[in-house]
Amino acid sequence: MKVGLLYSRIRKDEKLLLEELRERDHDVVKIDVRKQRFSIREPPEAFEGVDVVLDRCLATSRSRYATQFCEAYDIPIVNSAETAEICADKVKNSLALEKAGIPTPNTEVAFTKDAAMQIIESFGYPCVLKPVIGSWGRLMAKIDSKSAAEAILEHKATLGHYEHKVFYVQEFVEKPGRDIRVLAVDGDPVGAMVRSSDHWLTNAAKGAETDSFELDEEATSLVEQASDAVGGGLLGVDLMETGVDENGDPEGYTVHEVNHTVEFKALNDATDVDVTGEVVDWLEAQVEAEVTV
Amino acid sequence: MTDCVECGAEVSLHDNLEVGEIIDCTTCGAELEVIDVEPPELDKAPELEEDWGE
Ligand SMILES: [Zn+2]
Repeated sequence: MKVGLLYSRIRKDEKLLLEELRERDHDVVKIDVRKQRFSIREPPEAFEGVDVVLDRCLATSRSRYATQFCEAYDIPIVNSAETAEICADKVKNSLALEKAGIPTPNTEVAFTKDAAMQIIESFGYPCVLKPVIGSWGRLMAKIDSKSAAEAILEHKATLGHYEHKVFYVQEFVEKPGRDIRVLAVDGDPVGAMVRSSDHWLTNAAKGAETDSFELDEEATSLVEQASDAVGGGLLGVDLMETGVDENGDPEGYTVHEVNHTVEFKALNDATDVDVTGEVVDWLEAQVEAEVTV
Repeated sequence: MTDCVECGAEVSLHDNLEVGEIIDCTTCGAELEVIDVEPPELDKAPELEEDWGE
């Protein structure tokens, strides 16, 4: 198959994908998104003859628009524009999870400092303030007190981009020092790991320790539902345990968010699963299905 | 071996270099983007001005 890899930076994840695809003798075209011109009428030359485009754009807006163009050109794209649209925005993400009846932390949004302050006071301390568009735990704040809340809201209102004037407040989940990241293809878990840290942010990018994790039935089912809720594809689903019983087993889960331009190198290192291989298997199956339709 | 465009120090490159890859200069810490592989050519990596997907 001919795969177009749409990128602006080649990270370890993209290198792993490129290596795997080339090893299997697939034709890979690297497409630097910064050099493309997207016409509303016809696809850019670089897209000529590709069976599938793999969107690996880091920047959310690029990803959102590029996926829409690909769909307009009838070029299969992973992930879909719908999925990108929902996953790129924490508000849409939360609404989709809630609508699907998936346990997700209580969340409220406000557009002014005063209204945000009311949410924070009603949630109590600690609670979490997140940017609606964001990643790697950046610009997320755990708010421990009223004075901290006032300072952070003031900063956001004064210094923030307009998107930071959407105040997304979420209840704080007393997780047992770790959260769970699952990589899934159309809802099927490929691998899962826990990220543990003394810090409240347990992102791998923040230097959390990672370890493989065995998903139980409930977690597996939640991953499938969460994937469906955002339109499926190659996704990273973030869950947290809501508590652990005396045996150290999870009492329940809550799904925080679903990521669409998912990084998997940490998972590849943390588990015995050949994550890259499985991702490419799935891609091949996608293209196969497309051809037979 | 090629030179850092920021500080001029030699940057050692690994074998399977990929266009678009970002390399850190160990001398000055600059982020360098691989813009060609044969022969290797580096340029200062552009800052990403908006947030990344994940
Ligand atoms: Zn340098």
